[in-house]
Amino acid sequence: MLNYDIVIIGGGPAGLGAAVEAYEKGVKNIVIIERDKYLGGILEQCIHNGFGLQEFKEELTGPEYAQRFIDKVEEYDINVMLETMVLEITPDRIVKAVNSKEGVFTIKAGAIILAMGCRERPRGAIMIPGTRPAGILTAGTAQRYVNMEGYLPGKEIVILGSGDVGLIMARRLTLEGAKVKAVVELMPYSSGLTRNIVQCLEDFNIPLLLSHTVIEIHGKDRVEGVTIAKVDENREPIMETAQYISCDTLILSVGLIPENELSQKAGIELDPITGGPIVNEMLETSVPGIFACGNVLQVHDLVDNVTAEARLAANSAIRFIREGEFGKSSINVKAGNGIRYVVPQKINVDNIEKRIKFRMRPVNVYNNAMLAVKSGDKYLLRQKRQRLTPGEMIDVNLSKDILKNANLEEGIVFLVEEG
Amino acid sequence: MTMKEMYDVLIIGAGVVGCSIARELSKYKLKILVVEKGEDVASEGASKANSAILHAGYDPVPGTLKAMLNVRGNEMYDELCKDLDVPIKRTGSLVVAFSEEEVKELYELFDRGIKNGVKGLSLITKDMVKEIEPHINDTVVAALYAKTAGIICPYGYTIAVAENAAQNGAEFVFNSEVIDIKKNGDFFIVKTHKEEFYSKYVVNAAGLYSDVINNMVGAKPFSVHPRKGEYLILDKDQGYLARTVIFQVPTKMGKGILVSPTVDGNLLIGPTSEDIQDKEFKATTREGLNKAITVAKRSVDKFDVRKTITQFTGLRATPDTEDKDFIIGESDVKGFINAAGIESPGFTAAPAIAEMIRDILKDAGLQLIEKVDFNPKRKPVIRFTELSDEERNKLIKENPAYGRIICRCETVTEGEIIDAIRRPVGAKSLDGVKRRVRAGMGRCQGSFCGPRVVEILARELNISPLEVTKHGRNSNILTAETKKFLLEKAAEVLKKEVYENA
Amino acid sequence: MELKEITCIVCPLGCRIQVEMEGGEIKSVKGYSCSRGLEYAKNEVTMPKRTITTSVRAIGGHLPLLSVRTKEPVPKEKIPEIMLELAKVEVKAPVKIGDVVVKNILGTGVDIIATRNLYVK
Repeated sequence: MLNYDIVIIGGGPAGLGAAVEAYEKGVKNIVIIERDKYLGGILEQCIHNGFGLQEFKEELTGPEYAQRFIDKVEEYDINVMLETMVLEITPDRIVKAVNSKEGVFTIKAGAIILAMGCRERPRGAIMIPGTRPAGILTAGTAQRYVNMEGYLPGKEIVILGSGDVGLIMARRLTLEGAKVKAVVELMPYSSGLTRNIVQCLEDFNIPLLLSHTVIEIHGKDRVEGVTIAKVDENREPIMETAQYISCDTLILSVGLIPENELSQKAGIELDPITGGPIVNEMLETSVPGIFACGNVLQVHDLVDNVTAEARLAANSAIRFIREGEFGKSSINVKAGNGIRYVVPQKINVDNIEKRIKFRMRPVNVYNNAMLAVKSGDKYLLRQKRQRLTPGEMIDVNLSKDILKNANLEEGIVFLVEEG
Repeated sequence: MTMKEMYDVLIIGAGVVGCSIARELSKYKLKILVVEKGEDVASEGASKANSAILHAGYDPVPGTLKAMLNVRGNEMYDELCKDLDVPIKRTGSLVVAFSEEEVKELYELFDRGIKNGVKGLSLITKDMVKEIEPHINDTVVAALYAKTAGIICPYGYTIAVAENAAQNGAEFVFNSEVIDIKKNGDFFIVKTHKEEFYSKYVVNAAGLYSDVINNMVGAKPFSVHPRKGEYLILDKDQGYLARTVIFQVPTKMGKGILVSPTVDGNLLIGPTSEDIQDKEFKATTREGLNKAITVAKRSVDKFDVRKTITQFTGLRATPDTEDKDFIIGESDVKGFINAAGIESPGFTAAPAIAEMIRDILKDAGLQLIEKVDFNPKRKPVIRFTELSDEERNKLIKENPAYGRIICRCETVTEGEIIDAIRRPVGAKSLDGVKRRVRAGMGRCQGSFCGPRVVEILARELNISPLEVTKHGRNSNILTAETKKFLLEKAAEVLKKEVYENA
Repeated sequence: MELKEITCIVCPLGCRIQVEMEGGEIKSVKGYSCSRGLEYAKNEVTMPKRTITTSVRAIGGHLPLLSVRTKEPVPKEKIPEIMLELAKVEVKAPVKIGDVVVKNILGTGVDIIATRNLYVK
């Protein structure tokens, strides 16, 4: 059996960030296990820019951002296993993986950092009725075909979902000559960044149909069209508004789901709202010595935040292998009114040095609302926030002092106070 | 007459019935051809879209072909699956009753079962039901338990049967829709859009279109209409909710909506039952899916419908005859044999239908000389998920392609995908690969493995990725090469401008 | 007097900026949070510019495409022309991040540079 102090599962921005941090902090017996032919994860196909404004104070494309870390990995000569798939991890931190050179092998890990990223929600998961022709694919898969393989998945496109991936692909496909007929969005607002609405839709006069959804797919062998309809307050289609749009491709950008099959099989507790592991202030999961960061923990909007999260996970993993198990994190962190989820879900104030960064998303769009943190009746924090939207992750730092001085027996709640 | 190949038997339709007949006949020294309009075995009709059940046989009316062939067929599957290396699970089935009225119907079914010769039937109490099925709704009153029922992968089985038939000399042509059949003396001329085939006997196993085929040859006409059934497949983490096939009491539209584990560990819900006209209507509908969910909840209400990963529609080939029975026999055109109007329990009955067709052909004059070298076994399929680590390592050493996982959701290796393409009657499309090795059938439904499978198919079939299809015909996955497309588009626009200004 | 409302795209903040114009001249700009935003707003109402991120065909590399971008923003109206021009380009591996793939694309004064390494296969 192989032996590594830290095993990092996933060589995308989360895994790369964690590996570089761990090495720079003095732990060198580490390995990154990556299933693709090269490092970089999803960044490799994200050839658009918008990455690195916080981390590098530059605006980079995905591959450029990844290369900054890949360069360090090469410089430090950090162990990397490419085209290797992890089959299983156990609660006592044995990792089983397979590749075509070594076959099936096991690794004993001092600590494991989960950085597997997320997958896309497919058509079947949202039950769009209709036929099952060719020409239905998720935005990420379309992105891979266009940016890595050099093929267009279609010429006349309808995109369902106005999240960033969908918006980026609307522009990408238009630039390559396809006609994007509409971006259809179920909610009354787009979950994508406003800058993307401008430079991906408005620039190309692509209509954005809010409060609409696709109610049927047509076509025997290849998509021939879709029927869309407006939806009511309960997001149910209003059949009288049904209209047909002819197209040969339906691209779906209807949600990202953290990739936690491995975590589940290892008995790691998952948060049903985030889809990722329940973690404490150290980003440790319910299994000691197994940490999580990046999209596998919660779906991020900015890769810079992923890098920050990965650094925390790496430092936690290092503390774990040097000092052993942490004190139990038993204070519950809850999402209150207006907040969908908060990470971390459990904290122990004695485990931290300076502060805890909490990340969360609101349930709705709120303008000029108060973001508040309470324990019981007492406020720990009350901040005015100009604009809160589900498409943009919120972060709140609470210092050790504030946390220490509060009576946290009843846990803490993050909430939105409107009006 | 030209020196054209003369077949002994030409089978129209490569569904489970046609393939089973082909395999049965391949035991004899015969020239056999299976003509299929789709691009693959089990690619068009009910054989790929059904409840995946081996029925015990208490449901069909006693004395019918359905009854006899259901029971006979059911018995044959254990040996067949062993020889053909097809996973099968004898889960047993329950018909559950929720009221005293319904219990009366259970007694009826039990009676029928006994008359049909079904073994292992028993009527059980609520407590016994809950022991077998801990997650069944508490409203259950009693149930009919059938030990011999089971679950299987229906298209996986059909592919295995076809492969073995081909291995033993049966020929297959695909993308060949039969457009005309004429009797020419003592043989038939069967025409497709591309070519003509000559055969002494023709077997009609064309499912939903078996009436069209029958009427083409001028036999006494009958009609077959589609009866639509919609299904949902739920994630494997819902599979624990049913251990047997759970039926509700049947109606005149069929056996009703069931909740069943699949042989791969998913949960299957459906089918609905609705008579329609369009034989090509293969869409799912909002109403149909909602009905399946609502009715299924009567049996097991614990499933989480948000865990659905895909939905599909199957069209039963329902005969419009008086007795609604299978239409099996030599028609009034000598040498033209029908195995038509095969709806439920057609899949279970298929091996028995094949035996019956063989006997009918014999009676019709076909010489059956046994082949000494008939091999009932197909080459075992390597399933990475079922191997031990030692077996995997040995395999990967010999063939590194088995160490490269392509479908992450179902843990399918490149080696398995290549094998699926290279076997006799191998995969030629994305769906063909999917049905053989499950790549694309998991939670992400091919989002991750899709591009990789396209790459492998293009390489193995020596075609451009642009030619790779989802299921044949013009279901191409990709439409153009980037850059080339822009340049061609620009050239077109330029041409238009030039001609407009000219 | 014309009031134009635009959303700044320079960074993910997406500030809403109001530009007052009269007779084609900018009278005032309000709502920006940084100097880049001010710059963007002024350009956007007179001569909008965009950064193009796309790909060009590659031969002999570990990938069939090389991802590229304009080194600086280019006039928005030139985007279709530039895309067409880049469709004709073919690069040969090896290529390093930052290498100039096309110098001064279509006379804009802006280079097209590689955004990834392309290794020889």
